[in-house]
Amino acid sequence: MLGTVLFFLLIGANALKNLEQQGITSGFAFLSQKAGFSIIQTLISYSESSTYGRTFLVGLLNTMLVSVLGIICATVLGFLIGIARLSSNWLIAKLAAIYIEIFRNLPLLLQVFFWYFAVLRSLPLPRNSLHFGDWFFLNIRGIYIPRPLPGQGLTALIIVFGVSIAAIYALKIWARKHQEKTGKEPPTLLISLAILIIPSTITWFSSGEPLQWELPALKGLNFKGGLTVIPELAALLFALTIYTASLIAEIVRSGILSVSHCQTEAARALGLPHRKILRLVVIPQAMRVMIPQMTSQYLNLVKNSSLATAIGYPDLVSVFAGTSLNQTGQAIEIIAMTMAVYLTINLTISWLMNRYNERILLQEQ
Amino acid sequence: MTVAHSPHPDLPPPLTSVGPVGWLRRNLFSSPINTLLTLGALYLLYRLVPPMINWALLDANWAGSSREACSGDGACWVFVRLRFLHFMVGFYPESQLWRPVTVFGIAALLLLYLLVKDLPHKGWVTGFGLLGFPFIAFLLFYGGLFGLPVVETHQWGGLMLTLILSTVGMLLALPLGTLLALGRRSSMPVAKTLSVVFIELWRGVPLITVLFMSSVLLPLFMPDGIRLDKLLRALIGIALFQSAYMAEVIRSGLQAVPKGQYEAANALGLSYWKAMLLIILPQALKTVIPGIVNTFIELFKDTTLVLIIGLFDLLATVQASFTDSKWLGFSAEGYIFAGLIYWLFCFSMSRYSHHLEKKLHTGH
Repeated sequence: MLGTVLFFLLIGANALKNLEQQGITSGFAFLSQKAGFSIIQTLISYSESSTYGRTFLVGLLNTMLVSVLGIICATVLGFLIGIARLSSNWLIAKLAAIYIEIFRNLPLLLQVFFWYFAVLRSLPLPRNSLHFGDWFFLNIRGIYIPRPLPGQGLTALIIVFGVSIAAIYALKIWARKHQEKTGKEPPTLLISLAILIIPSTITWFSSGEPLQWELPALKGLNFKGGLTVIPELAALLFALTIYTASLIAEIVRSGILSVSHCQTEAARALGLPHRKILRLVVIPQAMRVMIPQMTSQYLNLVKNSSLATAIGYPDLVSVFAGTSLNQTGQAIEIIAMTMAVYLTINLTISWLMNRYNERILLQEQ
Repeated sequence: MTVAHSPHPDLPPPLTSVGPVGWLRRNLFSSPINTLLTLGALYLLYRLVPPMINWALLDANWAGSSREACSGDGACWVFVRLRFLHFMVGFYPESQLWRPVTVFGIAALLLLYLLVKDLPHKGWVTGFGLLGFPFIAFLLFYGGLFGLPVVETHQWGGLMLTLILSTVGMLLALPLGTLLALGRRSSMPVAKTLSVVFIELWRGVPLITVLFMSSVLLPLFMPDGIRLDKLLRALIGIALFQSAYMAEVIRSGLQAVPKGQYEAANALGLSYWKAMLLIILPQALKTVIPGIVNTFIELFKDTTLVLIIGLFDLLATVQASFTDSKWLGFSAEGYIFAGLIYWLFCFSMSRYSHHLEKKLHTGH
């Protein structure tokens, strides 16, 4: 015990002395100083005259953006590949297995570099962009997609849509209560679809199509209009999605395989149709095995998004623990803040997933 | 006299359900959806595989000694061939090449000895590999004794550095992780809290920030006049990071040891450390060998991140070779070559861990 305390006192004293020698003041005052460098992608307004505190926020939001997009894409792709791996179609199963074995055995940083330097850097110039219709364009400057332009009646549309979803939720609750009381399952699928589609469609047309799309178009040397996905974000997102999906696919497979075959047979003996066996018997049990492992994959994805530094996507580590640290030299504060952010994100995600995990856990007597 | 009733021999099954045709019908065309999927996959393969083979093998250039040897269409493997030595050992002086070659030769022999079944004295060989060999390897790599000229660590690079970082990181993380795992399960509140905080802290942050920390912060914490080598700083960071993950793997092993074993050890009157070292840890470690191999694979892939703090491992060496003005634009070949090496290492290790899992799965 005493040794540990002495050790910390010693390195603390060393740090203070070293900082003093290099003429660095400690404390968080630097956060309100002018940063003076520009960032290629910002979700909030930012200019060279913004402060280091603003830099921190910009980096944090960029990290969040790539993490959220990555988690969604990797989950979808991972489920598809995992199910394909179990397909009765020999070719599909083998292709999924090859995908998994290739991508999970390559370092993620190598994949990021491959997408960024070997693929996206060798795309044509804007004039010869690859394109899908007039909607999507792909060139060395990035990916261009249509931008939604909100019109006048959009608020009404969103309200109507929200109310429809609430109505469907209420219907589901009523249906479950009804089933628990009478044992009969009321048909909800068609009614839900009707509630979801009809009011929104009516609002859409009666308010004069409130959502327009602004298409990107080539003007002079570059594209104008639309949304631009910068190549750095695209490469990082591709790599994170493809790599994490290969790991999620294996989790999905092990989850589904962990459900004992007797369960499927028992469900079939009860006369349940195939779709319901999957939805009511197999998937809920598979989820129990999958959730904890999925949680760690999500956490890894968030942490891995820090590889952005290597290709210059302006995430938290890149703009804050990179550029800001080099400019201010306040290593201890900056690294502590960066680590604190990741710790907070990780603890929050694992807390949320643990709550969900407890809810679906096997209720044993 | 009765006539024995002899039934007709069984008719062969219909041609459509046995042999290649039957196999195809069962596995590729069993339903309309499957047929559609099969055809789609075949089309995808047709569009992807022949161009790839053309590029990588048929149209590729192998011979030659400069950029001019590469003619347009195919891959330019000349680049990889000429740079091969650089990719393997970085800037290690060519006259001293026999040293890394000897180290890796001995390492390969040791590994082979341990992998082949039924050879005697495996325990001693493992002990030598873990405790004796690292010193011999360091002596050979670094030199300075027995008339070997010193090769500074900044000249180490390429695959050699990748292997050094991952194996040394692992060898340091194993005992440290064991201590942390024991601490986490200990009944002493201080030891327990310290271990939990340490483990969760390291597991919650990205390796990049740990490397930044070790390269920027460690020098700040050092007393005057002590300057840590860059490689050593990276190794400290990697070892601390890895030991947190290792601790969780070993903890799961400790939990798997039945309670009776702990009680039996207590009943024999063994002290805590004796009980752990002689009874519990051997069993715990044995059950988590596959988990240890997996964390090693993760570490092996993660060592690529040292390029961010300016160490030249395999990926960084390949990456740096593109900045050479003579070889601009051959990034695909370089990445594929590096990818192939990483893949071979990781894939064979993961196969081995599968094999171990099957071999060690003795119960039930």
